[in-house]
Formats: sequence, structure tokens, C-alpha cells
Amino acid sequence: MSLDTVDNASRTPDVDQPWKELGLKEDEYARVREILGRRPTGAELAMYSVMWSEHCSYKSSKVHLRQFGDKVPANDAMLVGIGENAGVVDVGEGYAVTFKVESHNHPSYVEPYQGAATGVGGIVRDIIAMGARPVAVVDPLRMGAADHPDTKRVLPGVVAGIGGYGNSLGLPNIGGELVFDACYQGNPLVNAGAIGVMRHEDIHLAKASGAGNKIVLYGARTGGDGIGGASILASETFDATKPSKRPAVQVGDPFQEKLLIECTLEAFAEKLVVGIQDLGAAGLSCATSELASNGSGGMRVELDDVPLRDSTLSPEEILMSESQERMCAVVEEAKVERFLAICEKWDVIATVVGEVTDGDRLEIFWHGEKIVDVDPRTVAHEGPVYERPYARPEWQDALQADDAGKLPRPADGAELRAQVLTLVGSPNQASKAWVTDQYDRFVQGNTVLAQPEDSGMVRINEETGLGVALASDGNGRFAKLDPYTGAQLALAEAYRNVAASGARPLAVSDCLNFGSPEDPAVMWQFAEAVRGIADGCLQLGTPVTGGNVSLYNQTGEAAIHPTPVVSVLGVIDDVARRTPMAFAQDGQLLYLLGDTREEFGGSAWSQAVHDHLGGLPPAVDLDREKLLGEILVSASRDGMIDAAHDLSDGGLIQAVTESCLRGGNGARLVVPDGLDAFTLLFSESAGRAVVSVPRSEELRFTDMCGARGLPVTRIGVVDGDAVEVQGEFTVPLDELRSAHEATIPALLA
Amino acid sequence: MARVVVDVMLKPEILDPQGQAVQRALPRLGFEGIADVRQGKRFELEVEGPVDEAALARIHELAETFLANTVIEDFAVKVEESAQVAEPAK
Repeated sequence: MSLDTVDNASRTPDVDQPWKELGLKEDEYARVREILGRRPTGAELAMYSVMWSEHCSYKSSKVHLRQFGDKVPANDAMLVGIGENAGVVDVGEGYAVTFKVESHNHPSYVEPYQGAATGVGGIVRDIIAMGARPVAVVDPLRMGAADHPDTKRVLPGVVAGIGGYGNSLGLPNIGGELVFDACYQGNPLVNAGAIGVMRHEDIHLAKASGAGNKIVLYGARTGGDGIGGASILASETFDATKPSKRPAVQVGDPFQEKLLIECTLEAFAEKLVVGIQDLGAAGLSCATSELASNGSGGMRVELDDVPLRDSTLSPEEILMSESQERMCAVVEEAKVERFLAICEKWDVIATVVGEVTDGDRLEIFWHGEKIVDVDPRTVAHEGPVYERPYARPEWQDALQADDAGKLPRPADGAELRAQVLTLVGSPNQASKAWVTDQYDRFVQGNTVLAQPEDSGMVRINEETGLGVALASDGNGRFAKLDPYTGAQLALAEAYRNVAASGARPLAVSDCLNFGSPEDPAVMWQFAEAVRGIADGCLQLGTPVTGGNVSLYNQTGEAAIHPTPVVSVLGVIDDVARRTPMAFAQDGQLLYLLGDTREEFGGSAWSQAVHDHLGGLPPAVDLDREKLLGEILVSASRDGMIDAAHDLSDGGLIQAVTESCLRGGNGARLVVPDGLDAFTLLFSESAGRAVVSVPRSEELRFTDMCGARGLPVTRIGVVDGDAVEVQGEFTVPLDELRSAHEATIPALLA
Repeated sequence: MARVVVDVMLKPEILDPQGQAVQRALPRLGFEGIADVRQGKRFELEVEGPVDEAALARIHELAETFLANTVIEDFAVKVEESAQVAEPAK
């Protein structure tokens, strides 16, 4: 075989190229030819195909995501916005925090352990590329039906992978979710989030500027990982002697990643770095084209200098390899020696592979021949943008008309009691300790709240107690019923969770998981969800700092429920003032904040008891959420409440069950006037929380709520060792605990 | 009792952090000249009854479904030469 050089490509315009196999559309391939004024070389084709993929180019979602930039609330906390590796917000005392959630859905289905592990690795590298020290991770998960045999294959592998990688890195896992639904069968969602902390002056952006600056590739050697696509190019078209299939699976090495963290942060601290980029999806293709595209000049790369694990790799494969634990830095020539010395100290392989040039081309050489000569902007940022058609699906009306309010309700106290036990023991509402016990939640000694608390919270300044909280929430059932409202409910829930733990919500990151954008119904769900989040963030005053889109989560015609997962980051001046969820003090008064209406559409009750999905999701009132948040934060700061738990899926009885079991105390509940017991216990009206108030603070607390106009209703008292709903039923805590805690271990045993 | 050995190795293109750790340790311990190390697993199965074609097929199946993760690993099944058993049917 001969090398496909730029010269060769110019001379042989009619060579048949495997653009289709690489996932390019005919018009996209034509566009590449038009940009270059010739056919692309094999290496160029590899780069364009992977960078113009949905995953890297956001070509279907871009037109909608613009709203996050257009509808930015006035918020001076935002230091770095959308478009960088991760957004950065000011949390006070000179500290800045960066956080992001990404999806690693498909790899985790193919190989659960490594897929989930490398998901953690990837998001952590995004954080260190910003110059921040990672301090915590979170993992929202969605799996197929709890009793499906494949769930038993995927879930334990995913959990072990997240734990294996995160625990080895020494990062506490402080939150997440686990939801089961048959719609995720074959398309489990594995989202991974991370939080990093830095000083304001240490924020770093990914760009390559300054002619003569060196491009340093450091970290693991490059192997044949995750280059399913490139192998088509290399083996079937250009070289028939190669193994025809490379696995699309990557294996991670957390110990190498730990070295990368330390080595990168030390180089940052010594101000050795002009720009930096982690190598994730699309590997070197992405890192070189994005760095060059964000900088002022061009870039020249000698591919022969890339350290390889497998010497048989072709240049196309090297460019597309997704080998883990690699980073790319732009370093001034005079500082290269020191940079390499730091890498050597940490036992990290580092190699100068190129330099920034005066021109505006990205040129890549192999064996002395030029194999890539492109304008990097056309690869990285000026890819195709699609205005995909979208339309409200025909079935939406019928789905919404199938009102959950018409479902049969429990006839008496005994039936109500039975349904409470069914609910709190259903897979989605049951304790997730089986999962979170496999994660190290307290390593580093700064975790003050972790699952099952409302939000995860870590201290970032030991002297002052300054801390940050993060909550991630999503409800695909609500979003299926109404994607606009469902997305806002996810936002509202995460916002409420942060406030319930005593932290002030600051900023938002989202991970948008949907089916195929080529289906107008899915595209409509996506458009509606993005509009919902953007409008909601504007109203709440919390900007979207970044996020991730995962499309094509579908098997055949069946798409997953639209699943926007929203993470809200909050700040708390002193973590000692946090509000836990446990009802720890006998005799304290229980108050329900907010309005309870007959809202059962998409509820946990309708799923657990009736296996039903229909009607409308609960109404959203974001001004109310804001007020509730302010009250919860003030009450926490002034010591008026000892416990708080947000009300979301499962309603009041779910929240009371969790808080009682966590505190080891029972509760006596009284149904307030104007409500029936069933609605009180199971309604999922938004904008609500339950709080436990010391008797000495009762007046001060209710006065504050009254003065601010927040409905507050006394619903009972923390007492005894049973949950009693007066006049209806009593369940001993032990019985509640076995129902709540036995489910998940039994399913996975 | 006959012994069948199943060797499980990571596929050649898959990263092997354990093998790399061993390889990095070698020069530190004074062992030079080893360019690469890959680490695998060896299973020794004591088989009841004859190791015939059916038994080997069964072992192949159990190796494929349980001993090896064929997404990232290859495996090889072989009958232990020294074991005093009837030759498996060819």
C-alpha cells in the first residue's frame, strides 16, 4: 500500500473513499471536497468524519442549544461559559468551581465496567484541562427494567466500573441517581459528572497561540482503542492485511489518570502552559484541531513522534484513537524542558509532537510526507449544522388525555398502607445503598453530605468552611408527558435539592439524553426540553455553564423517554450550617412547605401501583421554587430547621420514609384540612419540601414563611418508632426499612 | 480426572495496565531487555469423565460466557498434555 499524502490526493481525485462507512453523508463528503478543493486524504477523511459526527459537532442540537447563550440571566458568578471544556463559576473567597456532566451511554452498554470507568476518566480530564483540581464525582444512571436479565449484566458492571475508577483516583462520589425503566433496555444511560476547584487566577482555556510554541502530548501511549471507524479506512480500503476489526472499547487506567492530574496541576502552578486540551472522543483529531482552531495561528504535527503502544497503527488510526489518559499541552519553547521534567517526575511519558505556526493551516506529517493540510476551523467549529424537522408527535394528545387521576385509589387505610409499602419498596423508590456503598463517598475528608442526602456537598476551604453542593435530577416519565415541563421539573428538583441542603443555587449543567434526531418526534422533544431549561434558568437566575448532548439512544423505532438530566451547583458559606435530611430529634415538628394538589401524572405511585404512564406532569411555578429555595437557605443559616427533604418522586410519604429511616425515628402525621390522606401522601406537586423544626423555633419559622408568602402547613411530629398517619394506618419502622432496603440487593443477588 | 486449561488474555490492542506496571518494574529490579509485558489469566479445569468433543464444546461455551469477557479478551482452550486421559476425539 502507498501512503495517501496530500500530493497523492490532489493527483488522484477519483479514488473511491469510504465516507459512507465512516458515517459521513453524501453532501457532507461533497462539502469536505469543496472546502479542500480536492478529495481528502485518508487521514483528513478520518478527521472530518469523526469531528463532524453528531457526538463531536452537535450538528443536530446546535441550533437549539444557542438558547443557553441567548437567554442568560444576569449573574456575575459566571467566569467561563459554554464552549470551553467545562464552565466555571465564582463561589467567593477567591475560589472558582468548574463542573460538568457528560454521557458515556453506549460504551457502557457494550462493556459496562470499562465503559463506565472511562466515563469517569473523561469527565475528570475535562476538569483538569480547566486548571482545576477535581474534588468529587457524581453519577446519574438509568437502566432497563429492574427484573430484566440484561440489567443484571449491565448495572453491576457499571457500578463496579464507576467505583473502581473513582475510588482508585481518590475522588469521593457524592451523588447521582438510579432509575429503572423498560425504555432504557438496550440503551442504558450512564452520565458522569465531576466538580473541580481552583483559584480565580488559575483558570485555563484550551487554545494554541504564539508561533514557535511546542505541542506536547503527554500521558498514556496511543493504542488501537476505540477506533472502530478508522479501522474501516485503514484496513479495508488502504491495507487489506490488517486485522479488520478494532474494538470500540477503551480500557482505562485510573493510576495513570491520577499521575496526569498531579502532573498537569503542577505544570499549571508553575505557569508553564499556554493552552491545554484533554484527549477524549476523536482523540488527537479533536485535540489538535480544537487547539489550533481556538488559537491565533496554525499548527504542524509530526505524527511519527506520537508514542505508540502498537507499532502497527496507521496514521489514520493514530489520529482517531481514543486511548485514555492522554492530554495535549501548548508550551512556550523556553519552558518545554521544565514541563518535560515535571512529567518525568510523575512518571508520565511526554513528547513534543509539533508546534504552533504562523499560518492558519493544521498540517500533519507522517514519515516526512504531508498527510493532512486543512483549515482547523473547518474541522472543529464549522462543521455541518442541521435544522432538523421537528413535530409534536400524534400520540402526545392521547398520552396526555390518559389522566392518572382516574386510576383507582386505595379504598381504606389498610389499602393505603399496602400501597405505601409497595411504593417505598418499588425499584425506583427503594434504597440505592447497594450502589452507593460501592463508592468511596468520604475519601479526602471533605465530604459533608453524600447520597442518599438531597445533594452532595464538599467543603473547599477548611478554614472558613466554604463549600459547594451539587444535585443531579431528571425524570424521563415527566418529560415524556410534556418535555418542556418535564425539563423544567428536572431543573426545579435539582435546584430544590441544593437549597434543601442549605446551599444557594448558582449555576446549571445539563446532560441531554434523547433518541434519534432524525425522528421529528424526538427532535420536538429535544427542542421543547432545551427551551424549557433555557426559560427556566433565565427565570431562576442560574445560567447554564455547559453540558452534553447524547442522541441516538434508541433501538429500532423505540426511543428512550426524553431524559434531560439537570445538575445544579450551589454554594454554602459554612458547611457546618448544612441541613441534613434525617429526622434525628424526637419531638420536633414537621411542616410541609408549598401547595399540594391532585397531581399524579407520571408519578411514582402511578408507576409502582398501576404501571401507568399518562396525563400531565405536575405544574411548575419557578417563582415559587425560588421563594422556597430562599426560605430553606435562610432557615438553615439561622438555625430554624434541623432537617429538610425535598418532595419529588414518591411524594410526601417517600420523603418522610427516607428521613425517618435515616434518623432512626418515626413520625406521626395528621392529614390537614382540605386534603385527603391519599393526595397528601402520594401527590407529586412541585415546589414542596418537608422540614423538621425545633419547638423553640416554631414561631420564628412560621412567621418567616407567612411574611414571605410561602404556604406552610403543620403535618405532624417526629415521634416513636413507626410512621403513623392518624386515622389511617401505622407501619413500624422495621417493616418500612425492610420494604425499602431489601429490593435492590434481592434483584441483583 | 482430566485437566483442561483455559488461557484468557486481553486482546492485543486493548490497554493492559497490569502488564505495563510489571514491565515498568522490571528495569527497577535490574531485569533489562523486556520490551513489553502482557498479563493474562489461566484457568485449570478438572473435568469429570472423558474429555471428548462434547465436553470441550461445553468448556468452550463456559469460557466464552463466563471465564472470558469476549468484548475485550480472547481465550484459548487446550487439553493438558501430561494429564493421563484418553485423547479427545479428533
